[in-house]
Amino acid sequence: MSKEATVVNENNAMIRDMIRDFAEKEIRPHMRVWDETQEFPVPLFRKMGALGLMGVLVPHEYDGSGFGYQEYVTVISEIARVDGSIGLSVAAHNSLCTGHLLQFGNEAQKKKWLPKLASGEWIGAWGLTEPNTGSDAARMNTVAVKDGDYYVINGSKNFITHGKSGDIFVVIVRTGEKGDSRGMTAFSIVKGTPGFSSGRKEDKLGMRASETTELIFEDCRVHKDNMIGAEGEGFIQSLKVLDGGRISIAALALGIARGALEASIIYAGQRHQFGKPIASFQGISFKLADMATKIEAAELLTRRAAELKDNHQPVTKESAMAKYYASEIAVEVSTEAVQIFGGYGYTKDYPVEKYYRDSKLCTIGEGTTEIQKIVISRSILA
Amino acid sequence: MKILVCITHVPDTTSRIAFTDGDTKFDSNGVQYIIGPYDDYAVARAVELKESQGATITVVNVGRVETEPTIRKALAIGADDAIRINAEPEDSYFVAKQIANVAKDSGYDLILMGRESIDFNGGVVHGIVGELLEIPSVSSVMKLDIDGNVAKIAREIEGGKEYIELEMPFVAGCQEPIAEWKIPNMRGIMTARSKPLNVVDPVDTDHLDKLVRFELPPPKGDIKMIDPEHMEELVSLLKNEAKVL
Ligand SMILES: Cc1cc2nc3c(=O)[nH]c(=O)nc-3n(C[C@H](O)[C@H](O)[C@H](O)COP(=O)(O)OP(=O)(O)OC[C@H]3O[C@@H](n4cnc5c(N)ncnc54)[C@H](O)[C@@H]3O)c2cc1C
Ligand SMILES: Cc1cc2nc3c(=O)[nH]c(=O)nc-3n(C[C@H](O)[C@H](O)[C@H](O)COP(=O)(O)OP(=O)(O)OC[C@H]3O[C@@H](n4cnc5c(N)ncnc54)[C@H](O)[C@@H]3O)c2cc1C
Repeated sequence: MSKEATVVNENNAMIRDMIRDFAEKEIRPHMRVWDETQEFPVPLFRKMGALGLMGVLVPHEYDGSGFGYQEYVTVISEIARVDGSIGLSVAAHNSLCTGHLLQFGNEAQKKKWLPKLASGEWIGAWGLTEPNTGSDAARMNTVAVKDGDYYVINGSKNFITHGKSGDIFVVIVRTGEKGDSRGMTAFSIVKGTPGFSSGRKEDKLGMRASETTELIFEDCRVHKDNMIGAEGEGFIQSLKVLDGGRISIAALALGIARGALEASIIYAGQRHQFGKPIASFQGISFKLADMATKIEAAELLTRRAAELKDNHQPVTKESAMAKYYASEIAVEVSTEAVQIFGGYGYTKDYPVEKYYRDSKLCTIGEGTTEIQKIVISRSILA
Repeated sequence: MKILVCITHVPDTTSRIAFTDGDTKFDSNGVQYIIGPYDDYAVARAVELKESQGATITVVNVGRVETEPTIRKALAIGADDAIRINAEPEDSYFVAKQIANVAKDSGYDLILMGRESIDFNGGVVHGIVGELLEIPSVSSVMKLDIDGNVAKIAREIEGGKEYIELEMPFVAGCQEPIAEWKIPNMRGIMTARSKPLNVVDPVDTDHLDKLVRFELPPPKGDIKMIDPEHMEELVSLLKNEAKVL
């Protein structure tokens, strides 16, 4: 193995151990309550900030951890191995909001906001989706109209992670013609800006500790200094942000699948039927073999995308493949996990029903499976 | 204040233990290694002292190159530099002699160790190092505060605690709750690589003992499952077979 690979492996092992120690103490004991009550545990995110988990990719000069995507994959998957909803929130904070500012913010914006985000003092949100435009986000209806040094925003966004508890929001809104991919612009909006508020919080199937709400803009005036990059670049920027974000959703799916498999292996060894552990039935052990093989393949795709990203190579196709495959197998693996647990798997006393519910988000968020297939097919047909 | 923390590289507490070579060698196959749990508390207390009153922390380990990831974890938690004494830690006296040699002219105010290793559980290295350096050593230290040149210590004794004060330098074998257990943060993990890890050769040392062989406790017997409907059967088995009633 190359020296570089050894360093990455050793760092990843240390990060893995750190997150396992942290999660057993700070996440596992509370996750069932958070899940039941849909509580978004803000203090937990401050603690993760102190550990450097809220600015994994942010360079040291902005008080971040300065790591690459390989380590980031480890962070998200290890958190999700315990609780997918916390993994989703950490991913949305790091890749989407923080990632957008990091890639496209100017120096003054980065100096002003990245240290707060990287330390977890502020929680970040990112708003692209609207009630009527999800997969087809480019046809968005929320508009910003120029008025001197200000832009006046009207409209709404929905399904926004941290839409209520977020402190800073990167939102992509229309500044030009509908249908023109250069007709949209990104702005950052700080909580409390007049005319900006959060609406309804979704009551969800899974990922319940991760807050998802609506954002409402009513004559919200935003200074032009809050524009990220140039006018008209917002949508193009967001596609690039999503290229990286998809790697984090692949990691999220991978972690959920792994958590479900590990729980299944233990259970299958302990649960006896017909006088034997159920793991001794080929019908069960073959399921475990399939689950493990799919997880291994998903990890290879995800690590491959991370490697390309770390080497600044094109990653659109590979990150879409990783996201598509890992999220689909996360659903399959957690479904089989419930099956292996039998009736107990269907109850809240065992962990697998939560993996099952949480996993489904992965085939939807940050571009559905169908949209990933569009991205992949376009790339191979080009 | 200059603090030396001695750390062991030991199998994770959940490891399955096996031996090879006619029960004379530990089988390290598939074993995950950690910083000895008591040593971990010693590191954590050193970092707390560094944060509260300023100190430089050196960690030392007697071991081969495979212990370096464990050493770097201590650097990630907050030690400033590290020394690896490049030798197999063959017995307690050998290890103590190596540590004493590194420490003797380096002016450490505090030498912190774990109360005991968790692989061979000798609980003696701190005592021997103290003796070799002609400074005091105290063990089972559960509280350690420094006031000027004087340490205030609480140590665990059979059935209670003993409070003592002594002047630095000295050696302490630490245990919980001496410090809040620490996990490294991302910044620490990244900077661990850029901190000095100096590898030094061991000094010649007599071996005072020789390993003959290891022995595992007898394996646990098979479990018999008794239907809760048949309590009489359970009672009879406990009486006649297990002979515990
Ligand atoms: C928990 C959660 C958190 C989220 N967080 C955020 C966030 O922080 N920020 C944000 O901006 N968004 C967020 N989203 C929104 C998410 O990205 C969208 O839900 C997703 O992109 C799908 O959009 P939609 O829900 O409108 O579905 P639709 O676009 O209406 O899709 C419905 C169905 O049609 C399919 N479909 C659509 N177009 C095609 C096509 N051309 N060919 C084939 N099939 C097609 C889709 O695959 C899907 O199966 C979040 C969503 C959830 C559930
Ligand atoms: C690969 C290997 C081979 C070994 N072979 C033998 C053998 O052949 N015969 C034998 O008797 N023992 C052998 N040992 C055990 C080894 O000698 C003991 O772990 C070591 O001497 C410590 O002894 P102890 O248990 O008395 O430590 P303790 O006195 O219980 O340790 C107290 C404290 O001393 C410090 N300390 C102990 N060991 C070290 C170290 N290596 N580096 C830095 N600080 C340390 C730690 O702070 C520890 O908490 C071997 C260990 C290893 C890993």
